[in-house]
Parts: sequence; structure tokens; C-alpha cells
Amino acid sequence: MSNSDENPKKSLFSRYGDRRKARIDELAAMSAPRTAPAPVPVGAGGPAEDLTVHESGTIEEKPGVSLWQSAWHRLRRNPVFLLGLTITVVFILVAIFAPWIAPKDPLQGYLIDKVRPQSNPIPGPEPGFPLGADHLGRDLMSRLIAGSRQTLIVGVLATLGGFAGGLLLGTLAGAFGGWVDSLVMRAVDVMLSIPSLVLALSIGALAARPSQWTLIIAIAVVQVPIFARLLRGSMLAQRSSDHVLAAQALGIRRSAIVTRHMLPNAMGPVIVQATLALAVSIIDAASLSFIGLGNPDQRIPEWGAMLGQSQRFIYDNPHLAYYPAICIIIVALGFTLMGESLREALDPKTRR
Amino acid sequence: MTTTAYAARADTRSDAPLLSVRDLQVTFQRRGEEPFHAVDGVSFDVRPGQTVGLVGESGCGKSVTSLAIMGLLPRRGNRISGTVDFDGTDLLSLSDGQMRDRRGKDIAMVFQDPLSSLNPVVPVGIQVTEVLERHRGMNRKAAMPMAADLLKRVGIPDPDRRIKDYPHQMSGGMRQRALIAIALACAPRLLIADEPTTALDVTIQAQILALLKELVEDTGTALIMITHDLGVVAGLCDEVNVLYGGKIVERGPRHPIFRTPRHPYTNGLLGSIPRLDAAGERLTPIPGSVADNLPWDHACAFAPRCSQPIAVCTQTTPELETTGDRALRCHNPVEDPR
Ligand SMILES: Nc1ncnc2c1ncn2[C@@H]1O[C@H](COP(=O)(O)OP(=O)(O)OP(=O)(O)O)[C@@H](O)[C@H]1O
Ligand SMILES: [Mg+2]
Repeated sequence: MSNSDENPKKSLFSRYGDRRKARIDELAAMSAPRTAPAPVPVGAGGPAEDLTVHESGTIEEKPGVSLWQSAWHRLRRNPVFLLGLTITVVFILVAIFAPWIAPKDPLQGYLIDKVRPQSNPIPGPEPGFPLGADHLGRDLMSRLIAGSRQTLIVGVLATLGGFAGGLLLGTLAGAFGGWVDSLVMRAVDVMLSIPSLVLALSIGALAARPSQWTLIIAIAVVQVPIFARLLRGSMLAQRSSDHVLAAQALGIRRSAIVTRHMLPNAMGPVIVQATLALAVSIIDAASLSFIGLGNPDQRIPEWGAMLGQSQRFIYDNPHLAYYPAICIIIVALGFTLMGESLREALDPKTRR
Repeated sequence: MTTTAYAARADTRSDAPLLSVRDLQVTFQRRGEEPFHAVDGVSFDVRPGQTVGLVGESGCGKSVTSLAIMGLLPRRGNRISGTVDFDGTDLLSLSDGQMRDRRGKDIAMVFQDPLSSLNPVVPVGIQVTEVLERHRGMNRKAAMPMAADLLKRVGIPDPDRRIKDYPHQMSGGMRQRALIAIALACAPRLLIADEPTTALDVTIQAQILALLKELVEDTGTALIMITHDLGVVAGLCDEVNVLYGGKIVERGPRHPIFRTPRHPYTNGLLGSIPRLDAAGERLTPIPGSVADNLPWDHACAFAPRCSQPIAVCTQTTPELETTGDRALRCHNPVEDPR
């Protein structure tokens, strides 16, 4: 991994790529097994007399704690993590139960009578409509609540898609090595050197007819190289681990070694990355919707699209932009805080 | 009733070697570096049921020897020559697949660090049944009771409950017992234990060694005991090979080696063990470190650290000379040990 500061002549993109790669590799290294204890000097230790069978009796030692247990132990008292967790849980609950929480139907123009295109395009708050309505008289509050669902669906599906693609490529590369590895990883590195939003925009713009699905695909594709490099890195760390060597010493089949011994142990960084990826997906999804690369059906509430539509009225009614923007920022922040504190808690360098 | 996995084979000791290593050489070649012989012409035999020690300090090639026998060295970056004859087959000539079928079934291995050698995310019981499923064609359900039996056999209390434990829920000693149970699950004829007690507390070390001794005696499994600790050898091994710089420098049955060490290195090792019967006597560690080694080409590698070097030691390579059941590689052997 090269240091971006060493070569000022490198292009902006390749420096950007280097920084991202370094970050991913650091995350992947988290799953590296702990190192064996330092060798003891020769000749030291044990009694030089015959051992008796009776000594193989009972065992009194303290068992250790697992990685996740010790991580949880520290996360429980970490206010940053708890804040992130609270935001995330509230957001997910709201998204799931949106139709029951929303006070009004988000699609119906209740206040359309009060919309005056020239003098008062945006009806203000009034009883029953705490945040007022939009330019079509629809309840803003209900649209924000209903919009959380779109955000969650797009974020989760895009992250899952990115994870699935990355799992396939990263496992291929990590398990096979050789030219498969080189080929896959070169492609991945090229993709990583393109800023994610630029890449997502380009892919989204390729779609002949933008829809929610092209949006999800565009954002998922951007996540693929990140997960691929991450999984390959943690698979390589696993490949040289003691327990994989021990499994090989038992003649366990290669497929079982990959699926049972390597992959499950490579999951820690992936979970961290998935949390962070959700935040990025949400922002990317909002950005793409904002410029009209999302769902063309403008009736469906979506935070990015709402932000986009608010631009026409921004001088007199900035609140139309503030509300969806704040929602996006808070939710993305929640996932980021959670992901970053998870990363810290699982990082062997900061552990104990 | 204990278990069928440990069908007694106690009376199978015979003179035909089970494992016969000849001129084993492992050369690591890193790009832009001199080739490095980690193991340099090592030959030794292990007879059925015998316990053979490989002793030497860190970096002398003990682990590389065992990994070469197991076919577990990385495929790239090294060259292996010589033969490793196991029951009539040269293991080095087998394909990856053939070797995989033998590992865990005919030859098994126990490693140094019991925590990192177990898969942290799989319950210990499943790790026992995994090897039974692999080599015995059993299904998991049928293998479970046998796994519990195996854990009981290695002294894990309450095995029916412990079988569901994850490695981190067990103590270090218990994990090493579980690893021994896994290694012995398919009743291999040869067990290689690579410093199985180094990572454990002293009291637990003694328990594990006693357990190993008991198991190999009961089952007639041959054991290669790799250690840097002559105390371990004294309690366990029938025969001892002392390794220095990738070569065997002295070999002999346990008692003669301890009573009359002939190689200054062996003598030095014995001098650095604390002895209970010699209170007040000063320990004399071997001066210097492996970094001082000469290349074996035209010298004895140990010469710079030797207590009694003579001129020829830095001019010609000593050969391994066999007399009776002992062998020695030294120009100027010790006459009056310690
Ligand atoms: N994969 C490898 N590539 C290059 N050199 C290696 C490799 N594995 C081992 N070596 C070298 O081979 C030599 C012997 O190593 P080995 O692990 O066999 O020592 P050891 O006797 O087992 O020591 P220890 O008591 O520390 O386990 C060492 O100098 C080591 O640096
Ligand atoms: Mg070793």
C-alpha cells in the first residue's frame, strides 16, 4: 500500500484511490488472528524428571472472552455508539411502521386549495399539519415519515447487493490467488480510484429509464469493489492463520476450509463496512434522486427527491429543503457513528 | 468402555520404521536473497509406538521439518528434497489430494498455541465431528456421541455440555486437550506435537505432557515431540534428535543422551536446565545466539558459540557419525560432560 503523500505527481484520482485502499486494508487487517506468544528461551521450563499419568487430572484456569463479547463490553458504555444505535433503531422502526405512524396520507393533496402558485405556493403549518404542506398541498410531516421507508429499502438493498458482489469477487480472489486474484483486484483498484459518487452518477446516468432499481444497482455497484477488497484482505489474513493451518493438518477439504474456517472469521470487518456503507448508500441515493436519477414517480416520497423539488421554492420557503436534508444527515450520521465505534471496538490495536 | 477411536494397538512396536525421513532438505528462496536451508539433510526414523524428540532452540528448523512431513509448507517460495517414507509410501511424491486424505487420518498434528489453533466461531464439538465426518464418512449426528467420548478421554469434564462450548469458553489447558482429541479422533498412527505446551502455564504443561504420554501408550500411536525444552524430552521421549541450524547434531536414546551428552551443544542445553538435585549450582546458558552461526558449508555452524572449538571446526563440516544407537556430528566431542 503506497503512501499518498510520497508522490505529489500522482493524479488526484490515484491519490484518492490510495487513501481508500489503505483504509480498507486497515479494516481487513482487523480480522487477522492474534499472534503466537513470543518464543521462550531454550532449555527453560519443565522439570527434568519422569511425568506421571496421574498429573493429567483437572483443569483450573479462567476461560477467555470472545472478540465480540469484549467489543460489546466496551460499546455498551460508549456514548457515541449508543447515540448512533439510537438513531439507527429509531430510523428503522419509523421506516418499518411508517404507514401507521404517518398522521396523514402522504400522497393526498389535502391543502391543495390553499396553494396559490403566485402569492403562496407553499401552505404553512396549521393544526393537523405541523410542518405545513408542499407545493401540491400534501402533508410534509407524513411525506418525511413515509420517505424513510424508501431510504431504508434503497440503502439496505444497495448494501446487500454490494456485499453479495464483493463476496463473490473477494472470495474468488482470496481463495484462488494467482491470475484470478490479479485480474479481479486490478479491476477493483481501478473502480476504487474513482470517487464513489461520480461512479454512482455515471452508472445511474447510463440507465435509459431511471427507476428505483437502476438507483439501487448504481449504488450497489459502487460498493462492490470496497467489499471485494475488504473480503479478499480478510480472507488472506485468515489463510495464514493458525486455525486454518490446523484444519489443513486434519485434511479438511478446501471448500470446507473456505466456507467454515475462513469466511465466518472474516466477517467482523464486513459488518463494520456494511454499517458504514449504509450511510454512504443513503447519501448517494439521495444525491441521485436529487438530480432525477431515482424513481421517476414523483408522488412517492423520497428525501433526495423532496430536496430536489424544494429547489424551486428555496428562497421563500427554505424549510422545504431543511427538513429532508436534516433527515438524511441525521440518519447517515447514525450509521456512521455506529460503524466507526464498532470499528474501533473490534480493532486489535485499540483493544485492551 | 471408553471409545472405539482408541482401539488398543499397544503391542505393535516393531523394528520396521513407520516413518523414515531421509536427507530432508527445505530451502527457502526469497526474491533477491540467498537461498536459505531451514532444514539441511535431516534423517531419522520413527518406529510404531515410539516417541521421538526433536529438540533445539528457536529457528533451528523443527517446525519446518514437521510441516514438510505433513505437506503443509506453502507451495511457493521453497524447495523440498529428500524422502519422507511413511509405511512404504513417499509422502513427498503424493499429490495434494492424496496427502489431504492422509492428513488427520494417518498422521495428525498438534500445534503450539491452543487458542489460535481452534476455529473461534465453531463449537468445539463440531470441530471434533468435522474430522470424523471427513475421514470416517460419518454424519454429524452419529459422530456426536463419539466426539463426546473423545473429549472425555482427554480429561475434559462434563463432555456432553462442553461439546457445545466455543473455544473462548474453555481454558488454555482444556483447549489443548480438545486439540489433542481432534488430532487423535481418527486414530492416526503418527502424531506430531509441535511445542504443544509452550503457550501454557507450567502446571498445565505437566498435565498435558502426562496426558500425551498416557494416550500414546494406550493407543500405540507413534509421537514426534518437538520442543526446545529438554525437560519435556526427559519425561516423554524414547529417542532424542538434537537439531542445530537445520542439521541433526546428536541422536541417541533418552538416558544415554542425558547421562553422557557428547555434543557441546547438547551438553550446553543440559547445563542450562535448572536441576533440583544440584542446589546452588550456577546455570550456564549457551553464549551467543543463532545469529552467530557459521554456514555449514565449510565449518561447524555451532563453532562460534562452542565451549571447546578446535581449528578444524571452522575449516570442515563435521559429518554425522553413527556408533551403535547413537549418532554425533562433532569434531571435538565432550569427554567429561558438565
Ligand atoms: N515460510 C518461510 N519463509 C522463509 N523462511 C522461513 C519460513 N518458515 C520458516 N522459515 C525460517 O526457517 C527457519 C526455521 O524455522 P522453524 O519455524 O522451523 O523454527 P523452529 O525450530 O520451529 O523454531 P521455534 O522454536 O521458534 O518454533 C527460521 O530461521 C525461519 O526464519
Ligand atoms: Mg516452531
